[in-house]
Amino acid sequence: MFDFTVVTNWIDALLLSFLPGWAATLVECVLVALAIITLYAVFAIILIYMERKICAFFQCRLGPNRVGKWGSIQVLADVLKMLTKEIIDMKNVDRLLHKMAPFLVIVASMLTFACLPWNKGAEVLDFNIGIFFFLAAGSIGVVGILLAGWSSNNKYALIGAMRSGAQIISYEVSIGLVMLTMIVLTGTMSFSEICQQQADLGWNIFRGHVPAVLAFIIYLIAGNAECNRGPFDMPEAESELTAGYHVEYSGMHFGFYYLAEYLNLFICAGIASTIFLGGWAPFHVLGLDGFNHVMDYIPGAVWMIGKTFFVVFLLMWIRWTFPRLRIDQLLALEWKYLMPMSLVLLVLMAVCVSLGLTL
Amino acid sequence: MNFTLFLTVLLTGILFVGLVVVLASWLAPRSFNKQKLEAYECGIPTRGSSWAQFHVGYYLFAILFLMFDVETMFLFPWATIAKSLGTGGLLAVLFFLIILVLGLAYAWRKGALAWK
Repeated sequence: MFDFTVVTNWIDALLLSFLPGWAATLVECVLVALAIITLYAVFAIILIYMERKICAFFQCRLGPNRVGKWGSIQVLADVLKMLTKEIIDMKNVDRLLHKMAPFLVIVASMLTFACLPWNKGAEVLDFNIGIFFFLAAGSIGVVGILLAGWSSNNKYALIGAMRSGAQIISYEVSIGLVMLTMIVLTGTMSFSEICQQQADLGWNIFRGHVPAVLAFIIYLIAGNAECNRGPFDMPEAESELTAGYHVEYSGMHFGFYYLAEYLNLFICAGIASTIFLGGWAPFHVLGLDGFNHVMDYIPGAVWMIGKTFFVVFLLMWIRWTFPRLRIDQLLALEWKYLMPMSLVLLVLMAVCVSLGLTL
Repeated sequence: MNFTLFLTVLLTGILFVGLVVVLASWLAPRSFNKQKLEAYECGIPTRGSSWAQFHVGYYLFAILFLMFDVETMFLFPWATIAKSLGTGGLLAVLFFLIILVLGLAYAWRKGALAWK
């Protein structure tokens, strides 16, 4: 596999050849920041376009088809429109909290976005407690959503935020337990090591067989709920709450919530592909050396992004197929079914690992 | 290096939002209208403040969440070394899990999970 550290080391050496150490670090940090913002914006645009098209095809419509070929620059036009809309300071809102909420939501999704391993060696935040950090950073987003609903001083926003808060924290328990299941299998919390292990030994979903497949299904359900997407999109159920917690946000402030929603979908899918489907690890079949060798030629970033978009497609499929749940059904689904099931899975996986039943 | 990168990403997020908000407020037209600043409602003025007391059901779920989230946090160190701890560690954790599941069962039995 191509190791991306070759590139980063080359840039480092190049910068150090004519800059002092601190300046080189500064330039590298700026490069990292630019790379993150670019990827963040590009993936948001691709995902929004993809969602609109896929939703249209699921409903036998055409979707956006006026701006650009097949409506391909519709999203760019929407971003421009949003930028030129006034950000209104409503009369009764809590100004400070109202302005702070988008910061929290975007910072949370950017921190988790930086955790994704793109290729061997191409990972911004690679801690040895990676998954733990991911969960911690991800839960800042809930605070942003609750602040948005509370500070808006609007009943729709308050109900939406409360529902969203209850939903996200509930499903976070399942996500944490499912991730624990996979940590038991891999024995490490660092994303890069998890990927490296899967490149050497095979994808986790095959290595962990039954418990891993069940964990993957639970992760998909809980991840869908975590992103506030249908069939779990009560926080912004249009027919009853208009827009939920961001009803009082206008212009680009609303845009941030929209952006974070889609990026959270991407991050959720990215983590699914990292811990279950191998991340940048290519698909290998034991014994077929020729096939494996051909697969090795496909770059890791292509594998990672391809798997992520596959999971994104699965999540969109779920969203546009099932009807919305009620809030009590939603919480019952988590606390009475998913959570006990993921606890059992954790024990099952631990038994499998300690008895050496994993592949 | 990791902490520097963490700070970089954090600042990137903050600067991204800040700069885009500045750009938007510079690009966007402004209009002044008293009605525009009212809270959103379906055609009628809002009655009272929305900073009111709220459904206690959410509170119970928050407490349950706290219990299980802390539990998950305790399980992380065990999970990373579960392979080397083997059966002994598994039994110890099983004991811990059973106590927590009893807690959940108690809450379930008492009707904390039912939506009233």
